Amino acid sequence: MNNDVLIPQIGIVTDIRTDTPDVKTFRVNAPKGGKCFEHMPGQCAMLSMPGVGEAMFSITSSPTNREFMEFSIKRCGGFTEWLHQIEVGQAVTIRGPYGHAFPVDTALKGRDLLFIAGGIGLAPLRSVIDYCLARRSDYGKIDIVYGSRSADDLVDIDEIRNVWMNAENVDVHLTIDRPQEGWEGHVGFVPAYVKELNFDTDKTALLCGPPIMIKFTLASLQEMGYDKTQVYTTMELRMKCGVGKCGRCNIGSKYVCKDGPVFRCDQLDELPNEY
Amino acid sequence: MSKMYKISKERLDELYAAVSAVKSLYLPVRSGENQSEFKKWSDQSDVCLDSLNTVKSAKELFFPQSENLISFKVSGKDIELVEDRDPSEPFVLFGVRACDAKSFSILDSVFLSDPVDTFYKSRRENGTVVTLACRAPEETCFCGTFGIDASDPAGGDVKTWLTDTELYWEAVSEKGEELTKLLTGILSEADADADTKAVDDLKKNTKEILARLPLADLKLDYFSGDRLNEKLNDVFYAPQWQELYKSCLGCGTCTFVCPTCQCYDIRDFDTGHGIKRFRCWDSCMYSDFTKMAHGNPRTSQLERFRQRFMHKLVYYPANNGGEYSCVGCGRCLAKCPVSMNIVKVIKAFGGEKA
Ligand code: SF4
Ligand code: SF4
Ligand code: FES
Repeated sequence: MNNDVLIPQIGIVTDIRTDTPDVKTFRVNAPKGGKCFEHMPGQCAMLSMPGVGEAMFSITSSPTNREFMEFSIKRCGGFTEWLHQIEVGQAVTIRGPYGHAFPVDTALKGRDLLFIAGGIGLAPLRSVIDYCLARRSDYGKIDIVYGSRSADDLVDIDEIRNVWMNAENVDVHLTIDRPQEGWEGHVGFVPAYVKELNFDTDKTALLCGPPIMIKFTLASLQEMGYDKTQVYTTMELRMKCGVGKCGRCNIGSKYVCKDGPVFRCDQLDELPNEY
Repeated sequence: MSKMYKISKERLDELYAAVSAVKSLYLPVRSGENQSEFKKWSDQSDVCLDSLNTVKSAKELFFPQSENLISFKVSGKDIELVEDRDPSEPFVLFGVRACDAKSFSILDSVFLSDPVDTFYKSRRENGTVVTLACRAPEETCFCGTFGIDASDPAGGDVKTWLTDTELYWEAVSEKGEELTKLLTGILSEADADADTKAVDDLKKNTKEILARLPLADLKLDYFSGDRLNEKLNDVFYAPQWQELYKSCLGCGTCTFVCPTCQCYDIRDFDTGHGIKRFRCWDSCMYSDFTKMAHGNPRTSQLERFRQRFMHKLVYYPANNGGEYSCVGCGRCLAKCPVSMNIVKVIKAFGGEKA
């Protein structure tokens, strides 16, 4: 990590992919090529444009990608508006990595994994999924449930169809909120779909998405017999420093930037309900 | 115990000048009636050692209200980083009361824990802290609640006591010894008997005043113990907050005067020649503190008010071996426009006299 944790380095946006009407994926390289720094799946980076804004984003690409980092970012005001209108070649500043990663090399190893993502919640999970696929033999069966508003809102559907769906011992279950012409897959909300799919409970679940979706999906999982210790999720709060000092993301005796963003759901019970 | 030195009160200007000749000297300077602030000494300074607490605490010498982190030059699609941190030079901080001296160790646990905040660290390393024992603690003081001894301040590099006629001086760290060496021509050795007695009398007198203060019996029992983490939700959801928060205006004054409040913001400023990125004090009492593009986890003043005191009395101690993030300096008692403060919170949770 950089000696001065608040001082960023320069990153160059080398590719921009329009995934959905409001999500773009930005590829970032160090000015001399390669990555700005190494990370683990689930960790975040602080991106900024001086004078415009600075914000924390989960790193979407897997650390097994040796060439670049990617960030799937939803347009939702402020700095993200600016990001959505830049062109390839634009410099940004970047610092990190921040936070705790998913326990890919410990608790998740050897397990059957159930990934559940809603909307932009796929961004942090994509890093884990690609990591696990790159080390396929380290993990058991992989199920991926991914839901979005419409078929047009599924982020990077090409990778999902061409890579994930063809990967060994991986099942992908897509769903959209409302029926849509040309969509032949499942229609319905993620929490209900998860219950319908009736997974066996000998899996570890990784759950990311809007707070309300997390809440109901966790309830579904518990009804199916999952214990909170089997479910990991990520939390999002406003951040400034990224290192547990500015006080911004403090919740209970934890700092989301430092102690999170990945939490096991039973750990969340110790925190006051302020998220 | 290292050697005690002294200098007569009349000659303090000589002491200030001698320190100033080698390092910048910051000490309490009168800024209004019964008001002082830590300022850099010059021979014009109206030094004020009799007012008890400076308006803002001494933390700003290590964690300034605003400081540059870096600058950027932006041209077209390019960004260039321009080193632009405020320089930090060796300095002496004189006249620090026991409560403020203790606050440094509380801030250290935040800024010096991994990953180290290098801005804070270089100021800490450059600073030599000369404490000044209290002679006349005030009604708003409750440092004793936190085990702080105002008559014999810990946490500095030199301890001093000021009687009607003399300033007594005792180095208590290597940095303190070094500073003392620089002042050999100015300080004289204290007398083993008479001077030791003068200091002991001062301590004794201060302790007597402390024992009679209205807040002397303020107890933190409710917030004590190593099971704070388990109790955390009980405190959080306690009915007391519903009443306590009501008068709070969310003005943030309490956080700005507080020696242990450490929240900060990072902002950019367009100078016309580039972008300066600086950090500045912020307050969890402000409504936009936790505001995000798509929501705010603390929408009410109750939640923000609760956050400040939960942090000081529960979260910080849960993470720091039971040590509180308050030193009982009383600034928030004196400065809050609606007389809401941490003492009222402690009392509402059963901290009153038995
Ligand atoms: S407690 Fe008092 S000083 Fe602090 S924010 Fe509220 S009104 Fe202002
Ligand atoms: S909370 Fe009040 S009494 Fe405690 S250290 Fe801060 S300003 Fe002083
Ligand atoms: S972002 Fe500063 S404490 Fe977490």
